[in-house]
Amino acid sequence: MSGGSVAMRLKPPRERRAGTAAWAASWLRANLFDTWTNTLLTLLVVAAAALILPPLWRWGVAHATLSGTTRAACRGGGACWTFIRVRLPLFFYGHYPAAARWRVDLSFVLLAVFAAPVLRTRTRRRGLAVLLLVTLFPALAAVLLAGGVFGLMPVETNAWGGLMLDVVIAFVTVAGSLPLGVLLALGRRSHLPVVRALAIGFIELWRGVPLLTVLFMSAVMVPLFLPQGVSLDRLVRALVALILFNAAYMAEVVRGGLQGVPPGQQEAAFSLGLGWWRMQALVVLPQALRIAVPAIVNTVVDLFKDTTLVSIVGLADLLGVVSQALKDPAWLGFPTEGYVFAAAMFFVCCFAMSAYGRRIERQLAAGR
Amino acid sequence: MSSRPSRRARAGQWLLLAAVAGCAWYLAHTAAANLRRHDMGFGFGFLLDHANFDIPFRLIAWHDGDTYLRALLLCVLNTLLVSALAIVAATAGGLLVGIMRLSRNWLVRHIALVFVELVRNTPQLVQIIFWYVAVLQTLPGPRQSFVLPLGALLNVRGLYLPVLRAGDFTGALAALAAVALAAALLLRRRLGARGLIAPALLAAACLASAAGLQRPALRGFNVAGGVQVPPELVALWAGLSLYAAAFIAEIVRAAILAVERGQREAAASLGLRPAQVLRRVVLPQALRVMVPPLTSQYLNIIKSSSLGAAVAYPELFQIFAGTVLNQSGREVETIVILMAIFLAISLLTSAGMNWYNRRVALVGH
Repeated sequence: MSGGSVAMRLKPPRERRAGTAAWAASWLRANLFDTWTNTLLTLLVVAAAALILPPLWRWGVAHATLSGTTRAACRGGGACWTFIRVRLPLFFYGHYPAAARWRVDLSFVLLAVFAAPVLRTRTRRRGLAVLLLVTLFPALAAVLLAGGVFGLMPVETNAWGGLMLDVVIAFVTVAGSLPLGVLLALGRRSHLPVVRALAIGFIELWRGVPLLTVLFMSAVMVPLFLPQGVSLDRLVRALVALILFNAAYMAEVVRGGLQGVPPGQQEAAFSLGLGWWRMQALVVLPQALRIAVPAIVNTVVDLFKDTTLVSIVGLADLLGVVSQALKDPAWLGFPTEGYVFAAAMFFVCCFAMSAYGRRIERQLAAGR
Repeated sequence: MSSRPSRRARAGQWLLLAAVAGCAWYLAHTAAANLRRHDMGFGFGFLLDHANFDIPFRLIAWHDGDTYLRALLLCVLNTLLVSALAIVAATAGGLLVGIMRLSRNWLVRHIALVFVELVRNTPQLVQIIFWYVAVLQTLPGPRQSFVLPLGALLNVRGLYLPVLRAGDFTGALAALAAVALAAALLLRRRLGARGLIAPALLAAACLASAAGLQRPALRGFNVAGGVQVPPELVALWAGLSLYAAAFIAEIVRAAILAVERGQREAAASLGLRPAQVLRRVVLPQALRVMVPPLTSQYLNIIKSSSLGAAVAYPELFQIFAGTVLNQSGREVETIVILMAIFLAISLLTSAGMNWYNRRVALVGH
């Protein structure tokens, strides 16, 4: 890459009255052919694209197969999307019983209903909406997903899987690690030496070790720390590990937000006679969390991607069920299709979240 | 803050400490009771026992029956190897993509954007498994190897690189070159770039003295000669490097944008060419902003190297949380060892980067 192409980006001078063709020509000249290095780069990129894109198109679309129910249908020489289509329920619900899948669907509808007022930019009573999202919604979803009451057939967490499991894990982890992270961040900024030392120790310990070792510890070592006769569900163990681990990252993000609140705010709250807890809850945290929203969204995207790690400790999340399905003797030989599908699902979710985070960031920047 | 913590708060923190200590004591007590019930002790003596397994890829010798301690050393070396390779590649790739993100060329700019968005929004584990299962394992067998420049071969068994065959003086010349390089670095202030002349000449002599390149070659159904890089290492390295490169690209981009515009204009008005402006004025200043976030990316690479377990690259996590744990049954000890070593590597890396950060920081800041 030649350094010549790095410079302040100048908007092409726009001739308002010129025709579209003239405008396009000037745009091309300004953006692709303004210097000889740029012209060379453009030609190189076009040549590379001409080399790469047509085979990709032929594989993924032109010669690909989507119809049929067995691998015999895939004879086009391109991608065998039939494999994905046939396994779609497995990839979304895992081994959740087919007759009860409406409960998963309903839970997702409820999630959308409860999350919408929290995510919307202009909401009155956002606090109430958040409270409902983290109390009433999990209770309803837990009843729906696990069953066993109100005549709903009980479904073991072993049967949960696929993308649904990733979403469940991500939701519980965020709901658990954010409050814990807030406490840790406050602890780290505390003037009480013991509290500060405990918070720093906790945060740095989790941030210094790989998530995989933490998950592994939850899978292998936790039974050792429980009294005899007590056992914990495998999913719950993984969730506890994920919450503790991500709380450390949330704490650092919230700490960044706390540092962005002007000290005068605290002094003003203090002079109004507010005690420490009320000062934090009513004055400091609302402002700090607002500043921290884009960074929190980034952390949520990261932890959503990290939910795939549970497949290594034996839970059947999307990556886990895809890997399982690829070992099916009737469908051997489609790893590319399987992993491209898994990556695409995660991309859609994560890209949407990242875009939301960027939008909030722009609004915050505009509000200053 | 204007308020001093109240007496009640100061007393409360000791209560908190007591509660934490109580929990820790209770957990330790339960664990000890559980271990006793299973007739298991706690201790690291098992590290001196003989390990009966193979470590398929290693940098130093390994014999069947060596101790677990030596296995630990091999695994740490494997972890450090893949981390170091990934850090180098991710830094170079991130710098390149970060600069591309700011290119005046629309196509180049948007290709970099697509790369960054695709990589940052898909799980790293999926990427690593994709490289391994969907790319490297679908390569042709040894007989249909791809031939790369310098006679390197790429096939389903891995990447075969040519190696230098040492001549009579190669070792001595290499040592001399290393000494000269160290001297040039120590006397950097006095010699500047001139100091590099001697090490470069010595290194060239070292290359010239080598008896030639030993190229990997097809022998029967396998490849002989050269050095074999297993596909597990290639996949893990590619996954770690590309993922981190996308994040580093954004760091580089933000850092370049943070360099004041006037700096660039002043450099241009002095008659520097755009490439010189970038290399001599913009990047050195951007570097200061880049170092702290780069540190956390490097730490992420080291920690994520444990994902090698998914493709069976014999690194620390894969061997100790898998084979060693199964053979020895030492759950607590293995996990303590794993966490302690990763923590130690992380702390050392961040200490090193902090030292570098202080050196490049502006005086008076």
